[in-house]
Amino acid sequence: MIWQLDLIICLFVIICAIAAINVKDLLAAVIILGAYSFFMCLLWTNMGAVDVAFTEASVGAGVGTVLFIAAVNRTKRRSKD
Amino acid sequence: MLEYVVSKFNFWTYVILVGIGLYAMIGKKNLVKKLIGMNIMQSAVILFYVSIGAKKGGATVPIFMGDAHAAHGHGIHEIIDVASYVNPLPHVLMLTAIVVSIATTGVALAALILIFRRYKTLNEDEILKIRREAGV
Repeated sequence: MIWQLDLIICLFVIICAIAAINVKDLLAAVIILGAYSFFMCLLWTNMGAVDVAFTEASVGAGVGTVLFIAAVNRTKRRSKD
Repeated sequence: MLEYVVSKFNFWTYVILVGIGLYAMIGKKNLVKKLIGMNIMQSAVILFYVSIGAKKGGATVPIFMGDAHAAHGHGIHEIIDVASYVNPLPHVLMLTAIVVSIATTGVALAALILIFRRYKTLNEDEILKIRREAGV
């Protein structure tokens, strides 16, 4: 585990999480959530959990983002908060 | 004190992420935002579990690095240094948790589309207002 890399990725994860819940556009929020999932994937590769990392990259970031985009497409894109 | 905070920043990240997710689930009015908060909280819990299994000081993935052929041929068993491998048990548990979390998200999104078809909005306050006016 490289702790400098760990610290930087942790910061990026927190920034992505704050941005995902503060953006008014729901499609942008969903895409930022996908970026958050990929940063989580990097974090787990850094900690030696490669199996968790590639499951997160394919299932969490890939399929999850696709499902979210499909749902936002069928509903409203704008949000008030 | 500062050294203690810096050396445990994975757990601090976990605490901050759970706070962000809980705030999004309680404070935000849009239902998609609540769902995003739920996702953030789930991956924060997964981060906590994987951080328990991780080790500092060059520990790698749990694949045996020694001379397996020689050990097999002559019945010699090398002593495996446990400190050089990370603990794989939390990883296996969290693999299941990731798949379950994506299934939960799928069901929640389907329910969300049904709510939108019925009320034409995703704002929690407006949905409650419509229900109150209808006398439910």
